[in-house]
Amino acid sequence: MTPNPVAKREISLIVNGEAKTVRAYPMERLLDVLRQDLGLTGTKEGCGEGECGACSVLMDGVLVDSCLIPVGQAHGASVVTIEGVAADKRFRALLEAFLVCGGAQCGICTPGMILASVHLLEKKPEPTMDEIREGLSGNLCRCTGYLQIFEAVAEGARRDVRIGSRI
Amino acid sequence: MRADPAEYEFVAPASLHAAVSLLAEQPKTWLPIAGGTDVMVQFAMGTLAARKLLSIWDLPELRGVEILPHEVAIGACCTYADLRKHEIIGREFPLVARAASWTGGIANQNRGTLGGNIVNASPAADSLPALLVYEAELILVSARGERRVAYRDFHTGYKKMGLAADELIRAVCLPQEFAGYVSYARKVGARDAQAIAKVCIAALGRIVNGAIEDVRIAVGSVAPTPIRLTETERILKGKRLDAAAVARARKMAASETRPIDDIRSTARYRAAVVSNLIGEFLERLTAGAP
Repeated sequence: MTPNPVAKREISLIVNGEAKTVRAYPMERLLDVLRQDLGLTGTKEGCGEGECGACSVLMDGVLVDSCLIPVGQAHGASVVTIEGVAADKRFRALLEAFLVCGGAQCGICTPGMILASVHLLEKKPEPTMDEIREGLSGNLCRCTGYLQIFEAVAEGARRDVRIGSRI
Repeated sequence: MRADPAEYEFVAPASLHAAVSLLAEQPKTWLPIAGGTDVMVQFAMGTLAARKLLSIWDLPELRGVEILPHEVAIGACCTYADLRKHEIIGREFPLVARAASWTGGIANQNRGTLGGNIVNASPAADSLPALLVYEAELILVSARGERRVAYRDFHTGYKKMGLAADELIRAVCLPQEFAGYVSYARKVGARDAQAIAKVCIAALGRIVNGAIEDVRIAVGSVAPTPIRLTETERILKGKRLDAAAVARARKMAASETRPIDDIRSTARYRAAVVSNLIGEFLERLTAGAP
C-alpha cells in the first residue's frame, strides 16, 4: 500500500515530570508509547475507541483518552499517568479512599477512574455527587456498579480537605 | 483489525497558512485531524481511508473565541470543554454550551472540537441542532481565501457537505440576536455521556403579547442531516399556544422527520419522541422559562 514506509521520528515529552524522548511513528497511539516504549503499564486499554476511559491520562493538565492521541500530537506535551499520581503525595488521600470504600475490584478501570478523579478534584476540590458522576461519566466499570467509586471520590475529597494535603 | 501506524504519514504545520497551502498543493491527499475523537476511532478500527494526516490541533488561529460587535466567532478547533467554560457562550448561546456538556465524556470534551463535529457530519451530532437554531454561519478558509456560508446550507445529505477538498472550517459565527428568547434543549438517549442520541433537539422561541413572535426548532438523529422543522415553525408563528395549536405542532413535527430504524432506536419511537419534545418545549415557552 505504502511504497515508502513512514519513518519513525524523535518525540520528546515530559512523562510524570521527567523528560523523555522516544522514537516512534507519529500515528502510534500515546497509549502504546506509554505502555510499550516507556514501560508504564498502569495505563490500561479497554475499548480502544474513546468510550471506556481505561486509558485516561492527563495531557497538559487535562483528562484525555490516550488511545485517541496520535503520539505526534503529544510532542512537547506533559503527560501524567497513574504511576505519576501514585508517586504524588498530594493524591494519597484519594488513593486511600479507593481502598477504604471498595472503589477497585478487578482493577482494569481503576487507573482511569483515578485520573478522572484527579482531573475533577483539581477543578472542584469539594465536588457534589452530581459533579462526581459527571466527572467520571466517561469511565466505565463492569464490577462495582459505580457507587463505591463515587463514594471513594467523595471520601477522598473529604479526607483531602481535612488533611489539607493538596495544593 | 487495527491499522499499522507505519503506514500513516503525519504532519503538524505551525500555521494555518502552512496547513491550507499543503491542502492546496496536494488536494484530497491529507485528512485534517484535530482532537482525534472521530479520526482515531476509524484508525483503531482499520477503516481510515486516508493515509496522510494533517494535524490542525495546535493551530492557534483555530482555537480562540472572538467577540465581535454583532456576533461571536468560535474557532473551529475550540473543544467542547472550551465551549462549556466560556462565559459569553454560556450566557448568550446556552444551547451550544448544553450540547457540549452532554457530548461524550469529560475526556472526549477535552479533545473533541466544534469544527470536527461539523465535518464528521453525523446526523446525531449533539451540537448541530443548536447551530441550526442560532443561524450559524461558517467561515471556510483555503489558500484561495475565505468564504462564508450559512450552516443550514452546509450539510446537503448523509455525510455530504459543501466543503472543497482544499478547505478547512476556520470559525463558526453565531449572531448575537437571541437575547430574551426561551431556549430548550434535550438529548434522548441511553444516557447523556458517551451514548449517541436517539433524538436530540434545540429550540428557541419568544412570546410577545401572548402570541409566538418567533420560533426556531432543530432536531438531530431523525433525518440524514440535522434539520430545522420549518413547517412546524411556520404553523406556530403568530399563534397563541392553546391546546389545539400545540396538538397541530406536535403532529406536524413528527411528519417533518424522516427517521430510520437502527441499533439505537426505531423510526416509530423517534417520531413519537419528537412529538413529545415539541410538547415539552411549548410548555416551557408558555411558562417563559429561560
